[in-house]
Amino acid sequence: MTTQANPFPGGIHPAYRKDLTSGCESRPMPVPKILVIPLSQHLGAPAKVLVKKGDAVKAGQLIAEPAGFISAAVHASSSGKVTAIGPVELPSGQKGEAVTIETDGAHEWARMEPISDPLAADPKVLVERVKAAGIVGLGGATFPSHVKLTPPADSPVDWVLLNGAECEPYLTADHRVMVERPDRIAQGVKLVRHIMGVSKVSVGIEGNKPDAIEAMRKALGDAGEVVELPVKYPQGSEKQLIHALTGRRVPPKKLPSSVGVTVFNVATVAAIADAVIDGTPLVERVVTVTGSGVNQPGNFRVPVGARVLDLMEFAGGYREDAAQLILGGPMMGRAAATDDVPVVKGVGGVLVLSADELKNLDYGVCVRCGRCLRACPNTQNPMLLGQLIEKGLFSRIDEEKLRELVLDDCFECGSCTFVCPSRRPLVQFFQMAKGYYRSQQKRKG
Amino acid sequence: MEPRSFTVSYAPHVHDGSSTRRIMWSVFGALVPAAAVAVYAFGLDALRVMLLSTILCVAMEGVALLIMRRDPAACLDGSAALTGFLLGLTLPAGLSNGIIVVGAFVAVIVAKQVFGGLGHNPFNPALTSRVFLLIAFPKQLTTWPVPRGLEDIKEYMGLAVTRTTDAVTSATPLAAIKEHAQRAMPNIQLNDLFFGVHTPGSIGEISALALLLGAAFLLYRRIITWHVPVATLATVAVLGGLTHLANPAKYADPVFHLFAGGLFIGAFFMATDYVTAPVWPLGKIIYGVGIGLLTMVIRLWGGYPEGISFAILLMNAATPLLDRYTVPTPFGSRKPDKAAPGQAGGES
Repeated sequence: MTTQANPFPGGIHPAYRKDLTSGCESRPMPVPKILVIPLSQHLGAPAKVLVKKGDAVKAGQLIAEPAGFISAAVHASSSGKVTAIGPVELPSGQKGEAVTIETDGAHEWARMEPISDPLAADPKVLVERVKAAGIVGLGGATFPSHVKLTPPADSPVDWVLLNGAECEPYLTADHRVMVERPDRIAQGVKLVRHIMGVSKVSVGIEGNKPDAIEAMRKALGDAGEVVELPVKYPQGSEKQLIHALTGRRVPPKKLPSSVGVTVFNVATVAAIADAVIDGTPLVERVVTVTGSGVNQPGNFRVPVGARVLDLMEFAGGYREDAAQLILGGPMMGRAAATDDVPVVKGVGGVLVLSADELKNLDYGVCVRCGRCLRACPNTQNPMLLGQLIEKGLFSRIDEEKLRELVLDDCFECGSCTFVCPSRRPLVQFFQMAKGYYRSQQKRKG
Repeated sequence: MEPRSFTVSYAPHVHDGSSTRRIMWSVFGALVPAAAVAVYAFGLDALRVMLLSTILCVAMEGVALLIMRRDPAACLDGSAALTGFLLGLTLPAGLSNGIIVVGAFVAVIVAKQVFGGLGHNPFNPALTSRVFLLIAFPKQLTTWPVPRGLEDIKEYMGLAVTRTTDAVTSATPLAAIKEHAQRAMPNIQLNDLFFGVHTPGSIGEISALALLLGAAFLLYRRIITWHVPVATLATVAVLGGLTHLANPAKYADPVFHLFAGGLFIGAFFMATDYVTAPVWPLGKIIYGVGIGLLTMVIRLWGGYPEGISFAILLMNAATPLLDRYTVPTPFGSRKPDKAAPGQAGGES
């Protein structure tokens, strides 16, 4: 029996352009001369640095430990010498502390001890391992995985979901992981089931990846059900995916565990298996390099901390008319001002657009066409909110309900902005308003 | 490799290519069949009214933008042209140039720019202007030239006709029904209402076929949704049917009500105006029902033979209210449809 996915309201159909790289097997990128490893590659407190300038480090060595429960460990991705510790530009656009390592080319490993017979081990030991391996959500949100594996006692989890939707156009990194390492994902699924004491596992994969669906069905067997999802953006958004696979709706401002669900990206589950079975921490991830601005689109296994410019050099370089560098996908990715930024755990794609693909940033007034309302996967009102924010009428949005429903629950998928015929920068308006509220709350204490 | 700089912008970095300009001109294009039928039926006089109205609206918008120190080139965004075109389509062929100038002024300046221009006008500018002209110049606005295709106008509906200096005029089918009730019916051919080449009326309202072609295009291109026109037409049909059943001698049948007058141009092209119509599906349906209801109340029992213009303007006034009270439940806010553990309801 195959389960039908529950549809979500709204959504859009951008040009997916996945065929540029979906057939490209992931190739390992050689360790570059310089690695820039930020201390904050995850949601939560930045990790606390454990090394100092001049220290020799090995691949897989812990260089920063989690600073609190919601934080994640950071490891050296290769062996070499720490040459600097200080602020660098991060893919997020902000400055952040990073450890710079000059690699020695030997790539000498310092792995953790593999856990033998992990399915008989105490789940607590396994969670500790996941935490020690610095594993965070690889879908882009980079939420520390050990936190997800230990849901609060008052909201027990009975259903684990794997996100293989990969609804962002262009990106095929998760697709490749599912095709190339399905057995590793299946091992990870068994570990997660054991850790969380959950028997129900569903994997959601968009229908445009039939080879991944087949590979995952074969590898998982009885360990979990693979559900083919309709191809619609943002199918891979957490709340939309939960509804698609379980029929449960996560209320605004609530976490998935409030409806008994936890979601992991497929690549994250593979990383959990790597950490437990091989003792390898999260020091590498698959990155899709694609777009009309690159010479050879492809998928690469990139050491965490490798700079984009080194990756691009290995990947075949830019085309002449390369104009925009996007870290992530075209819908939610961030345009970087320079390629002198490191690939971090949350970066699944490097998209280079050519000059003629640059978006016209002129925008007009809202004509109330309602396209954004029909595109919003949360059935919210981007148009009204955008107008209020544009006019600076923050006080009007202060009404608790509107704020809760509209601002706090908007995950900035960009569907409204994608369809707006007046090209209004709605997502940017929302980010602006969110920043305003955050600063207000800070002021209030 | 040396570090390189790149252009930055905000996400999303792709767009579906739609534009307000293209939408406006698409609606404009969807009205061309109706305009073509009008020119065939009424001759170059219809063309004069439509062209003058369109050009004047665009020009006045440009001047208004200039005065307000905005970009005057924005007058070419299609919205002023569409307003002018729609206004022209709601007027009788043969209307004098002076009245068209007044109409364009009321549409673009009074009904639109005074309220803040594109996107801010509470009432449909073309209809506001049409209703203003109807009240200010009642005689001129109800002097309907008879389409040239008719040889013997006296035979047409068996009604008295008046000869003006240069054109021959007659009553519209709705006016004939208003005045003579069902006695006028035998003279009204559904065929004529459908093809429009023999029916007196506003320039753009005469051919149901041409309007339906345009409407199909707009629906196909998803420029308009079905909610407003379907709700409007269904309400008119139901009310027309009920009154006809109650008193067939007095009230015309629903098919006549659907095809006569400005119902199609109103329901598909005026009531669907983005700026002045509600945005949520439920609000659109209530709005459409209201338009149908008010149209029929005016047609059947009011002082005017046709009520669609008034009906749309009245419902325009209800739009902010409808927008406020028809907001659908945001995704996830509903109580979970399958209960999860830890919540009342038990196992899923």
